[in-house]
Order: sequence, then structure tokens, then C-alpha cells
Amino acid sequence: MEKGKGVMGMGRRWAVEFTDNSIAPASRDIPDPLGFSRASPDQDDSAVARQKKDAEANWKAQKAWEVAQAPFKNLMMMGFMMWMSGSTVHLFSIGITFSALWQPLSALQGVGKVFEPYKDNKVELLGPKLLYIALNLGGLALGVWKLNTLGLLPTHASDWVSSLPPAQEVEYSGGGIPLH
Amino acid sequence: MAIRTSVLFVLLFLSSANLAFSLYEDQVGLMDWHQKYIGKVKQAVFHTQKAGRKRVVVSTEQNVIASLDLRHGDIYWRHVLGADDAIDAIDIALGKYVITLSSGGSILRAWNLPDGQLVWESVLKGSNPSKTMLIVPMSFRVDKENLIFAFAEGCLHAVSSIDGEIIWRKDFAAESLEVQQVFQAPGEATVRVLGYLESSQFHTYEINPRKGDEMKHVIVDFPGGLSGDTVLVSDDVLVALDATRLVLLTIFFQDGEINFQKTQISSLVDDFHGLVEILPSKLADMFALKTNEFLVLARVTDGGKVELVEKIKEAAALSDAISLSDSQQAFALVRHENEKLRIFAKPVHDWNMDLLKETIKIDNHRGLVQKVFINNYLRTDRSHGFRALIVMEDHSLLLIQQGEIVWCREDGLASVIDVTTSELPVEKDGVSVSKVEQNLFEWLKGHILKLKGTLMLASPEDVAAIQKMRLKSSEKSKMTRDHNGFRKLLIVLTGSGKVFALHTGDGRIVWSLLVQSLRKSENCDYPTGLRIYPWQVPHHHAMDENPSVLIVGRCGPSDDAPGLLSFIDAYTGEELNSLVPIHSIVQVIPLPLTDSTEQRLHLLVDANQRAHLYPRSPEALSILRPEISNIYWYSVEADNGIIRGHASKGSCSHDAEDEYCFEPKHLWSVVLPAESEKIVATGTRKINEVVHTQAKLIADQDVMYKYVSRNLLFLATTAPKGSGEIGSATPEESLLVVYLIDTITGRILHRMTHQGSQAPVHAVFSENWVVYHYFNLRAHRYEMTVVEIYDQSRADNKDVLKLVVGKHNLTSPVSLYSRPEVIAKSQSYFFTHSLKAITVTSTAKGITSKQLLIGTIGDQVLALDKRYLDPRRTVNPTQAEKEEGIIPLTDSLPIIPQSYVTHALKVEGLRGIVTVPAKLESTTLVFTYGVDLFFTRLAPSRTYDSLTEDFSYALLLITIAALIVAIFVTWIWSERKDLQEKWR
Repeated sequence: MEKGKGVMGMGRRWAVEFTDNSIAPASRDIPDPLGFSRASPDQDDSAVARQKKDAEANWKAQKAWEVAQAPFKNLMMMGFMMWMSGSTVHLFSIGITFSALWQPLSALQGVGKVFEPYKDNKVELLGPKLLYIALNLGGLALGVWKLNTLGLLPTHASDWVSSLPPAQEVEYSGGGIPLH
Repeated sequence: MAIRTSVLFVLLFLSSANLAFSLYEDQVGLMDWHQKYIGKVKQAVFHTQKAGRKRVVVSTEQNVIASLDLRHGDIYWRHVLGADDAIDAIDIALGKYVITLSSGGSILRAWNLPDGQLVWESVLKGSNPSKTMLIVPMSFRVDKENLIFAFAEGCLHAVSSIDGEIIWRKDFAAESLEVQQVFQAPGEATVRVLGYLESSQFHTYEINPRKGDEMKHVIVDFPGGLSGDTVLVSDDVLVALDATRLVLLTIFFQDGEINFQKTQISSLVDDFHGLVEILPSKLADMFALKTNEFLVLARVTDGGKVELVEKIKEAAALSDAISLSDSQQAFALVRHENEKLRIFAKPVHDWNMDLLKETIKIDNHRGLVQKVFINNYLRTDRSHGFRALIVMEDHSLLLIQQGEIVWCREDGLASVIDVTTSELPVEKDGVSVSKVEQNLFEWLKGHILKLKGTLMLASPEDVAAIQKMRLKSSEKSKMTRDHNGFRKLLIVLTGSGKVFALHTGDGRIVWSLLVQSLRKSENCDYPTGLRIYPWQVPHHHAMDENPSVLIVGRCGPSDDAPGLLSFIDAYTGEELNSLVPIHSIVQVIPLPLTDSTEQRLHLLVDANQRAHLYPRSPEALSILRPEISNIYWYSVEADNGIIRGHASKGSCSHDAEDEYCFEPKHLWSVVLPAESEKIVATGTRKINEVVHTQAKLIADQDVMYKYVSRNLLFLATTAPKGSGEIGSATPEESLLVVYLIDTITGRILHRMTHQGSQAPVHAVFSENWVVYHYFNLRAHRYEMTVVEIYDQSRADNKDVLKLVVGKHNLTSPVSLYSRPEVIAKSQSYFFTHSLKAITVTSTAKGITSKQLLIGTIGDQVLALDKRYLDPRRTVNPTQAEKEEGIIPLTDSLPIIPQSYVTHALKVEGLRGIVTVPAKLESTTLVFTYGVDLFFTRLAPSRTYDSLTEDFSYALLLITIAALIVAIFVTWIWSERKDLQEKWR
């Protein structure tokens, strides 16, 4: 990029525009070829723009829903991996469990960013966002559940008493068979 | 969470590691040391006649027979006979066999002199116990066979020295003759037997050595009666004491006639009182008498008169006479003179002549001379030289030749009674620069060598150098405290009354002290050491003071004999203070209280169950006063089958008001039925044992609460018939009952009966479990049983929420008066070995899993994982139980050869095993004592908290350096490449 900058900084000397966006034939020197009809330019300008925007919004909404549903696939994949890794603690199962916990968390952090491209006044993003969050929470729950099945959650009494020192005794005694 | 993960990891690791605990061949001697001893020498026979290895064969009070190198004092070979196989006499026959008579004269053995192999063994049977005598004639043959005469159990046996066959025997016990002397004069062809009948008749027999028949029998009556002491002065003169022990009898028995002469001892020595003994030294024409105050040497003249030769006031010892030539005989006399030892060798006929006169300065800590043995050699100028083997009061053995101590052996260490440890001083600044530089150079050299070894570049010499360096690492024998707590002082109390401090790194003696108060004195006749306790363990605010130890002893064999206390500085080995004699001592209770100088408070219980407080200071009293209501003591009377519990009733007021003494108040007693139960073993938890947690996690994340109490007593009783040897009772008659008794209230928490089982019982108590070992008569095998105790009253504490917020009473102090509800789980297993000792490893925080250390009958120490003794073992454990680390149940405990802690070594005559925690949680120090000493370091769950010693730091450093270099090189490369890209 840096190399390009130097060239750009000198400015353009000339350019050719290949696209022709003009609508009115009058503005052109060359007549339209035979059989060519300019259909859309016939329509009303504003209507065309609205239609275009609608299409874009539709497309955006559709895309947003797609993005929102993406974690579901992930979820299935994760579930399969978890099932494969078994319920004993070893490197593989721990790795999978932690990635299962980490992925939804990072995804939840970046909810805004994920839906940024589809931001539009006309597009209702709440639904997809909620679905996205719900699915990710589902993934998180799956991870936690996995953590629990691995026995790594302090949900049992044993997790809280395992390092309790023995109770002190009030009395003290000594003695035995006479020394010999 | 993290704890849990790590626990699971450890468990997984353990289950995969298959519990193999072993070490490689080149690791032997790295962290263990082994020292061989023989004990206090009783008798010594030199073997120096022929060319070749000069040696001395000795028998000792620890029932050891050994052949020592006369040059260096090393052991050529050694045999430790059993505890009940005491050696009565030794001799050398035919110049190649060592003959020993042992077990009260019932076993005669011949050992090959060069290598100590047993050549033959004969059992001599007699009717009743008597004196034992062994006669090995020098050059006496009967039908081309060299005979040995052994007198034992009232019978005279003639034994062939070739194969131990008994040629003939003659019974004297049937005639109820008390045989005093058996001898065979060198020139004569008969064996003479001299004895008393009912202490008033004197008999002499002449026995034909070929067939054992009586040739001559002469009887003389002594109206005055005779006492047991006799000594043979020459071939036909016997000196004896009469029944009053005031008159000396000189008995002549020439040519079948017996004459005797009486000599009043008072006429011989003017100022004597008390009892007289005749010393058994054979001096030829002379004899020695011993009174309370002095030693008397007297001579029997040709006319039969007794005349005084010398009166020796100071401590002295005499050897037997040895013959230098046909006509000349000599003996050695050793006297003490102001911390000096004077050694004389004198011909027997001329007292005023000295063949040898030497003065040796001797270490004050060796005490008085006890025994001397001499041997002569011909110098190059044909004159006689002498070497003397001296046994000192501290049981050490010295060889003296040409006015010098050639070697000395610290054989007092063969009779260790008790052991404690002390920390070494903290490392201080001020190490000289030159020393550091040298150390640095050595360090570097060592690491380069090590690196060579790791990279497989080392030559065989380098490998040897590495091994030598590892073994003699100066690091392990430093005199300062180390970070891991491996370096300590083992303070050892021995049977001779000498205290040794051994360094744990290499086993060397740092200091030794013959404790003055453990020596015979006017107010203490037979002092014996009983126990040794850490008295003052300074830390934080009393750091400048040296630690000290307390030695508890007793003046006499009975329980009510006066006691003695001695306080010894653990760094310098000086006696700080001593109290002799004091009240009797039957129990010592170290209290969990210390005063401002970090002296531990001790209660000493006397024979009347009164408790005496030490140190006797007002401060100690003020510390104890508020606590005394919670202090209890109990006594186990094994003979009566009674256990009594006591508390303090107030200060003693028996003869004088003594506020440091507390009168006992009898609280409870457990009386066992004398006709069916006899106490054979007890066990309690170690006072200093640390328990990490009260909870035991079991399968399915469940929890059980251990019943951890210091105030528990394990007691094993057997039917009186079954308390004898194995096989003395039938399975029906025999019964083993075990109890767990709460020593505060006397409540029996658990009782269990083993039908058809019997003593000996060995038990070890730790945390909430007891393991004991006994013999099962029905199965004809030894068994081990584990009992684990759990607290039921705590079992409901399972609400996680309450535990999270800390609303539970699991850590609040408990009283045994609250009658805890306990359940006991137990399981039994067969075990192959019989035991000599059993103990359990102890670590600093009690987190590391435990191993049982078993002193086997083969004098080795076996480490057995506690997981094998778990009452929750089942034949088919579930997956969860397997995960927990439960081993499938088998009927017998496995003995894995690699788990012998002593690897290829033997701790002969093993008596005890002591474990001391190191600072490093994974590691424990193990000291085993018997006739030998053995020390090692153990990591029951492997060293999970430190790198092994083999870890190559040099390799690690080189790797890091190489990586750093690589990082720099690649960085420079990438920079350069970038620049080139830009120019393109």
C-alpha cells in the first residue's frame, strides 16, 4: 500500500469512464442501437430509487436472519464434537469445552459488529439479534453443561469442603504404656 | 475448580503410572546412605599368624559375629544372629573356621574364616541351663580328628571340627553338678571338668577325650560353701570365692588330690568393703578381683600363697594372657590417667617389667575403657610388638598400635534407642570470595560435564566423574538449612548413653556427646536413656537461640525408679542442664504450648500418675493454668488389662506444696477380662502429624467426613493363650480383639473381633485410619486390616449454598464430650511378610498421599501405597470409583520388588523406622535403624512440586539462549528482506 501511495499522491493525469449512467438519449451523440429500448429510464425516477432501496432492505433483512441463524450450525458442530470428546478430563475434551465457552462469549461481545453491515433504518434487526444472542447463549449453556459433565463446576458439597482443615479439638490427652 | 482439575490429573497420572516407585542403578547413594555397624564387642579373637589379610573376629552384644580388617577396621563379613540367639563364645579352629556357641550354648556353628560362609551347624541338646564354655584345643588330635569341646546346658559335648558331628556327650546335669570350669591343659591328654555340688562339694573329673568316659573323679567337701565366681589360675590351681564372698579359696587339684587354702580378702587388701567379684580374665598365675572402688591384682605363689601385686584405683581393664613364646606369657592393662589412656603390656611373671608402655590421648566423649584384647606381632628386630583392641564406654572400638589410634569404629550407633531431628542453622552472609570463586568454577565445570552426559558426548571417565560428583555433591552435606528442608540433623540417642548428631546429607557424625547424666553415678546406679524429644525449636522471634533436645531417662530398670532429664544443645552438642534424680517417669506428654523462648511445655507423668510440668518456670505455669482443665492423661497397664483416664485435680500436696505438679483425678477406666484378653499392642497418632483436610471425596462427587481426632487410642488384645508364639494356640482358642478408645471420656468407639487370629500385632495410626498386622491361624497367613473412621454427625453438611456462604460448623472446635457419632469401615488382606516395624510417611502439609513403610523380617523397608489398604475397594469398581483411584479388590496385598525403599541393602537387625517431613510437600525423609543405619528421601506421589535432580539446567539455559539467538537472527533477516522488497 505504501508503495502505491507515492504514485497516488502525484494525481491522475487522465481517465476513461466506461460506464454510461446517463438516461436521456438526447444528451448522447450516438443514437441507440436498433432494438435497444431503455425500459427502466422510462419509469419514474423516485419510484425506481424506492424500489431499489426496498430490494436492498429486503436483501439486508434476509442476510441478517441468515447471520443470526449461523450459530445454529456452529452449535450442532460443537455438540457433535463434545459428544466425540467423551466425558473424561483430558487435553482434547478440555480444549473443546473451552472453545465451546469462548466462541459464544466472543460472539456475544461482537453482536453489534456482526450486524453492522445490515444496519438500516428500514430493517428491523432486533429479531435477528435476539435469535443470534439466544443461539449463542444456547452454545454457552452447552459449554457449561459440558463443563459440568466433566466435573469441573463447583456444584457439589465436595467442591467446597475438600480443603477444609479438620476441626480443632478442645481437649488434649497423652499417655500410653509406660516407657521402657 | 483448579484444585479439582489438578486432583483429577494427579489421579489419572497415578493410575497410568502403575505406582512403580523405584530408582535407577546410578541413583543409588544420591539421596540415601547406609552405614554398617556391629555393636558393642563382647569377645575378640585375632587371626594374624599367617601371611595375608590380618583380621580380628569379634562377637558383640547385638548378636553380631564379624570379621574386621585389622588395617582399616572395615568389615570383611558379618552375620547378625537373631535377637534370641545370643553369642556365648567364639574361637578359631584349625586356622580356618570360626566356631561360635550361641543361644545359651545350644547351637554350635562353624563359619569359614575368609568369607564367612556357614560350614556346619550342630544343635547341642542338654537338660538344664548352665554356664557355657567352648574349648578349641590348639594342637590336639583324636584319631586324626580335631575335636572341639563345648559345655552347654549341663552336658559336655565333643564335636568334630570338620563336620560338626557330635562324637560323644557326657551329662553332668543329671548329677546336679554345677560345672564351673572345663579345660584341657596343653600337655595333657585328658579334659578336666571342675564343679560344685550343692555349693558345698568340689568335684573334679578327668575325662577321656576319645570316648568321653570318666577316668578319675575326686570329691572334696567344703563346709563353708562356695559362690559362683571362679577363675583358673593355672592348669592345676583354681581360685574361688566362698559363700560369704569374703574369703578367697585357692584350690589345688594335682594328681588326683584336692587341697585348698583359705585367704581372707581383708588380709590381702586392708581397706576394702562391699562385695568382691573375680574377673574372668585368664592371666596365668595371677587373678584379678574387683571391688566397688578398685581393681586388685594378686598372684598365687608356688607355695600356694596369695600375694597382692597391685591395687589400681582408677578405671582399668585387663586382657587375657597371650603366649609370646613357649616360656613367656603377657597380658595388657589399660588405665585411665587424666583423660589419657595408658596401655601396658606386661609379662605375667614380672609385674615390674613393661614390654610396652604407651600413652594415648583419648577423646573425652568416649568414656572409660571397658575391655581390652591384645595381640602380638614380631617386629623386624625380632622384638615383640603389640596391638590392642579397646572397647570404650560408648561402645566404640579402637585399635591401638605403636602409640596411635589406627582406626576407631563408632559402634554405639548399633544400639539406637530413639531419634529426633533438628533444623540446621540458617545460612549467613560473609562467605569468603575465594571460596565463592572456587565454587563457581566447580559449578561451571560440573554443569559442562553434566551437559556432556545429557548430550551423550561423555567418555567413560567423564561418566565416572559425573557419578562421583553427584554422590559427593557438597550441596547435600552443607551445614546450613536448605530451601527444600532436606538437610537436617538427626539426633540419635543410643544404648550406651551417647548422643550423636548425624547429618542427613551424608550420614556423617556432626557431634557426639557421652551424656554425663546418663553415666553411672552415686545418685543414679543404672541409668538408661528412654526417649529423646525436641525441647526448644526456635523460629521467628527466638531465632538467635540454638535449638535443644530433651533426653528422658531412668535410674534403674523398674517403672518407679527415679527419672533423669538432660537438655542438650542441638548445634554444639553440649549438655545445657540436667536434672538427676527426679521423680519417676512413666510417660512424657509434649503439650501443644510453648513459652516465650519457644521451649515446649511437657508434662511428665510419674508412677503415681501425677503430672509434673517442665520447664519449671512461672511463665510456663501461667501458660498452662488456663489450659489445664482440658488436659487429660491415661495409662495402659498391659499386665492387668486396665486403661485408666485422668485429669488434673489441682496441685500436688503429698509432702510439700509443689505447684508444678498436678494431682490426678481418676475419670474412667476400661477393664478388660483378664481370662480372655491380654493387651498386646497399642497405637496412637503421631503428635506432630498434620492433616490437610477433614473431607474425603468419593465417587460421584460425594463427600465423607473423616473422624480426625488426636485423642484416640488403638488397642489390640488377644486371648492369653494366643499371646505366645505362633502355633502355640489352636484357632479355636485364639482371638484377637481390637478397640478404638476415646482417651478423654473412655468411650469405646469401635470394637472388632478376629476369630482365630493372634499376636504379634503391629499397628500404625494416622489421620482417621489404623492399619494393623497379625497372624491368621485359620488361613496360616499374616493379615493386614485397615479400619477407617468417619464422622456421621457431619455427614449432613451437603447443602452447597450453605457451604458457599460459609454457614456451617465444620471448622468450629469440637469437644469429645459431644459424643460424636462415628462409623468404621474395615477390610482385611493377606500379606506375605511378617513385620518388625511399621510406620507411615508424613509430609509437611499432609496433602501428599501416604505410603506405609514396612520393616520386613528380611530387614528391608517396603513402601506400600495406602490405596491398597482402602476399605472401599471392591472386586469390580464402577467407572466413577476407578476414576477416584480405587484399586480392584484382591485377597492379598501386592509386594512390588521395585518398591523396596532399601533397594538392594539390608538394615540388619531392623528395630525402627522414623519419618520426618521435609519442607517440600511431596517429600519425606525416612530414617531406619537397627544394627545398621539407613536414610533416604521418599516422594510417595513423586516429586510433583520440584524438578528432579537429573534435570539439566545447562540444557535448558542453552535451549533458551539458542532460541533468543534464533529470534534475533530471523528478525535481522526479515528486516533485510523488507528493505530489499522496498527497493524493488
